Amino acid sequence: MRSTLAAAAAASRLALLRQSRLCAPARRGYASPAGTPPPAEGFMPGVATSRFMKQTTEQALATKGLLGSPGTESKKLNLFQSVNEAMDIALATDQNAVVFGEDVGFGGVFRCTMGLQEKYGQDRVFNTPLTEQGLVGFGIGMAAVGHTAIAEIQFADYVFPAFDQIVNEAAKYRYRSGNQFDCGGLTIRMPCMAVGHGGHYHSQSPEAYFAHTPGLKVVVPRSPLQAKGLLLAAIRDPNPVLFMEPKILYRAAVEQVPTGDYTLPIGKAEILREGKDITIVSWGSQLYVLETAIAMAEKEIPGLSVELIDLRSVLPWDVETIEKSVNKTGRLLIAHEAPVTSGFGAEIAATIQERCFLRLESPIQRVCGWDVPFPLVFEKFYVPSAIRCVDGIKRSLNY
Amino acid sequence: MSSVMRPAWRSLSRGCTRLAVSQRFATQLNQQRVAELATSATTPPKGKVLFPGATGSHYTEKLNFQRNVDSIPTYRVLDLDGNVIDKSQDPELSKEVALKMYTSMLTLNAMDLILYEAQRQGRISFYMTSYGEEATHMGSAAALKLDDVVYGQYREAGVLMYRGFTLDEFMNQCYSNALDYGKGRQMPVHYGSKKLNFQTISSPLGTQLPQAAGSAYALKRSGKDACVICYFGEGAASEGDFHAALNIASTTESPALFFCRNNGYAISTPVRDQYRGDGIASRGTGYGMDTVRVDGNDALAVYNVVKEARKRAITESRPVLIEALTYRVGHHSTSDDSSAYRPKSEVSEWIKQDSPMSRFRKYLEKKDWWSQKEEDSFKKDIRAKILKSFAAAEKVKKPPVKYLFTDVYAGEQPWNLKEQEQELHRLMKEHPQHYSTEGYEK
Repeated sequence: MRSTLAAAAAASRLALLRQSRLCAPARRGYASPAGTPPPAEGFMPGVATSRFMKQTTEQALATKGLLGSPGTESKKLNLFQSVNEAMDIALATDQNAVVFGEDVGFGGVFRCTMGLQEKYGQDRVFNTPLTEQGLVGFGIGMAAVGHTAIAEIQFADYVFPAFDQIVNEAAKYRYRSGNQFDCGGLTIRMPCMAVGHGGHYHSQSPEAYFAHTPGLKVVVPRSPLQAKGLLLAAIRDPNPVLFMEPKILYRAAVEQVPTGDYTLPIGKAEILREGKDITIVSWGSQLYVLETAIAMAEKEIPGLSVELIDLRSVLPWDVETIEKSVNKTGRLLIAHEAPVTSGFGAEIAATIQERCFLRLESPIQRVCGWDVPFPLVFEKFYVPSAIRCVDGIKRSLNY
Repeated sequence: MSSVMRPAWRSLSRGCTRLAVSQRFATQLNQQRVAELATSATTPPKGKVLFPGATGSHYTEKLNFQRNVDSIPTYRVLDLDGNVIDKSQDPELSKEVALKMYTSMLTLNAMDLILYEAQRQGRISFYMTSYGEEATHMGSAAALKLDDVVYGQYREAGVLMYRGFTLDEFMNQCYSNALDYGKGRQMPVHYGSKKLNFQTISSPLGTQLPQAAGSAYALKRSGKDACVICYFGEGAASEGDFHAALNIASTTESPALFFCRNNGYAISTPVRDQYRGDGIASRGTGYGMDTVRVDGNDALAVYNVVKEARKRAITESRPVLIEALTYRVGHHSTSDDSSAYRPKSEVSEWIKQDSPMSRFRKYLEKKDWWSQKEEDSFKKDIRAKILKSFAAAEKVKKPPVKYLFTDVYAGEQPWNLKEQEQELHRLMKEHPQHYSTEGYEK
């Protein structure tokens, strides 16, 4: 990861500064296990060839739910570039919008804020001291007086120092003041999920912690086109939104993205492929694992028809789409990288069991991370891999 | 030559970075500071270290640990008898402002007494008095403008009162009735007023500090002639948010005044168990902030300090730390009996020897602006007004039950909240004996 980041940076005016930072022992760098550097695209087989990626402008513009002015053109972007483009548009269209966080000034450790400081000035795109509780509190304060604060937590694993500010403050700001004050202008971006070699603190998926907090919205995009539309929606949503970006997709996911200013609806799931035998629900990079798993299962079980749903918003979540699907298929599998116990899969399973009790043909399957801290060298044994998902599909069908 | 091998002071990129970082938040008046920084970055001063982490440091060959530095002095204007010690420090308040400060103190005191008793009688669920800290409230409030945003902790009702929050508004919040702006959702004394630019109080300590920094940054970006004042106790200053806030306000050059009420106790914890440094003020310079310690029982001193701090914050774009030394005369709250951890005599001694109200009253009397007769008549009058307001608030119904589910989100209510609201209505309909809405507005 380091070497690829450095290579990209070398092309920029900021290369020297970047390299000098990389020379220093990085508090939050990656260690590569067994000495072999991971591939630049991460360990995410199937993303590059995914059928869910929009390959043409026509496909991109035909995406369901595009709101605003997507324009008539598109360009090929990876996920960090599309996140960058969303913030670029947000800054250009709202003079009260600012972007800040640790190391965002020079472009961000994942390049998401590249070029924004040069374009919008240092008072609108700036570094904060290394303090998550401080920078989230700072964002709440900006939003409380009507400004638009786009805060970055360097890794979702480091959001916990800001947990109090997010859960006790941001989430309750409007409710407790009787709608006199709010911090709806706040968006908190954070890279999340596994990356192949992130160990305990560069791999976590903390969405379920926040899904338990009324007042927040939690969004996880799966691709560049989705990321741009959902991030712009998050920034403009009148509520505080946590925007979790699957970091393994930053470079690996590439697709045609409309060039205009468009949003995608928060709170709406998307059916990625229709089917009639089983419903599978997931979000973020896990969807590509499932795409592979479905292809494997179809080979083993001729005629298998799977419905795959991208939840997109963990809070509020789209119960209607999933309920409708499960009422049709009679079976449900939920997959997420976070540990299984009290993961968001538990919420979906309990709700769907209540609503679709008479239609369920088999117990709802949850294929998730084990209830352990995210491990380094055991990652492939930890994650809800394609083979585990195939196994889950078969268990559901054979019940 | 790579940048890491170059002597630090010769590194153009480092010099530029420093300059740029300062310029990004520069206002017209601190251009000079920026220029000085730029010069010092390109010429290596003799004996100074070359490391980027502390460019002001000099080398020494003596091994000296830093421990005790002189305690920061406590600024005062009035002596205990209400005399102005140094005439040049008299803010020469108009009679109108001075009397507004004093009568606000009397009003706050009288309201505290009545609402404290009301809690004892079970008529409101909770209360916190401001006894002994009246001068910090009124002295600071008088030095601010209405455009200045206020963040409080919970013991700053006087600031809100000075700004014009009415007795009815206080009572409505404490009674959680239908007229409470907070719609009855928060505990008593968690006031807030959009109109008076006073952000709603929340219970978690210290959380308002970094928020104040953010609001101040936003005010600066808008070019407003206004600052943020953020009140907190010395106990809250032990929270991580205190550190985060002062540091981020300093690096972003945000016009925030951090006003610490150091009253000696955080519930039962004396300051000796809270910190071992020279109070809270000694930390300010560590964050690169203008810092001052003031006699919090001296309304004029507090006024002078906040007025000057406000000016610096706005014109120089910088945060300021103010530590007001005072004493918490009352219990921590109605859930606390302070005699369990401090002798009653300690409290009575304080009241006797240094009351912020009597000090200010003596000053007013010396000016012939106030007398015992006026005192008696005001007290009688305000007590009647408070009781009237109290009785009125008690009669107002609670807010409608629908407010349980609104304002969680702006925009359309999510499906789960809609369903849960319907579920509650079903339960209320089926079990009216357990869910009486008598006393609640429809």
